[in-house]
Amino acid sequence: MAEFNLPANSIVKPGKSYPAAKSGGNIRKVIVYRYDPSTGENPRTDTYEIDLDDCGPMVLDALIKIKSELDSTLAFRRSCREGICGSCAMNIDGANTLACTKAIADIDGDIKIYPLPHQPIVRDLVSDLSNFYAQYASVEPWMKTTTATAPDRERLQSIEEREKLDGLYECILCACCSTSCPSYWWNSDRYLGPAALLNAYRWIVDSRDEATGERLDALEDPFKLYRCHTIMNCTSVCPKGLNPAKAIAETKKLMVKRQG
Amino acid sequence: MAWNDKRPMSPHLQIYKLPLTALLSITHRITGVGLSAGTLFLVWALVAAASGPESFATVQAVMSSWIGYLILICFTLALYFHFCNGIRHMLWDIGKGLDLESTKKTGPAVLIVALVLTVLTWLVAFAAG
Repeated sequence: MAEFNLPANSIVKPGKSYPAAKSGGNIRKVIVYRYDPSTGENPRTDTYEIDLDDCGPMVLDALIKIKSELDSTLAFRRSCREGICGSCAMNIDGANTLACTKAIADIDGDIKIYPLPHQPIVRDLVSDLSNFYAQYASVEPWMKTTTATAPDRERLQSIEEREKLDGLYECILCACCSTSCPSYWWNSDRYLGPAALLNAYRWIVDSRDEATGERLDALEDPFKLYRCHTIMNCTSVCPKGLNPAKAIAETKKLMVKRQG
Repeated sequence: MAWNDKRPMSPHLQIYKLPLTALLSITHRITGVGLSAGTLFLVWALVAAASGPESFATVQAVMSSWIGYLILICFTLALYFHFCNGIRHMLWDIGKGLDLESTKKTGPAVLIVALVLTVLTWLVAFAAG
């Protein structure tokens, strides 16, 4: 049975306020989830007032501004700042996305920032994604073959065969999709989640891969694949515009097809 | 899923702004449960009809009270919604209409069609007396 409430140690309490240093300017409130493992206290939300006229355009710019000017204790992951590393995935304004590609201008009112939902929190906006990565590894995301490779050339694909991988290979494993999925929230111990399943399908449809049957066998399970109920949160939030729901539906179709 | 972790769990339902696709998905499940319960109501009416005029009169009295009408109208709405959204789910199962643009059209369409069918059904029912 799904547990809809947060455990007692996870209830978010009101936190500190960091008012704007000076009045005037284009002041906006940024409300950020905080958790400090060294205190033993519950998580809280701190409120920072920042001047948008003196801040870059993206939510990540606001976070970096807070960390460098208001509160150096704030912890979050970021790296490329251009939507390709997937490090700054978090819940902004009620939906998962990358802080670096989410424009502040697209948010009405206070900017509310939480970690990716329903994950163990290491500190502040940093969640532990070990389970997510283990699930990715479990789909064995590499090419498996039984036939010998020709000594003089690579394994070739036609243009059409290669096109089947478009919309699949671009996944950056940011975990926005999986952690947006209510089915994944309630069953992440057994349901693989949209990211791992999209990547499983990426190898299932790869014309060079020779383990298609084996891959489908591995997903033939009441939970691993079939906990997808087409809620579509995954596709709604994917910062790369991919469609995990479609990949899962295509996998289910292949399951039926091979039964003859 | 049991939470066997000393670290806090980040908020989920508490903070998530569920898009229409997700809201319709949970509504599909709720209407499914509601229809199962409502079907018991229907069985009661059938059993009463078979048992004789007195028990049938009781059913009639309950069904034509305002609460009876409320249950019946909700049942019809739930039925039409579940039916229309069920067709949407079947199309998804064959891989059609799973892109965001399509779901943004079919979602509201399901709601509107279910509402129109419910209104039409009850207009016909009241007109027939």
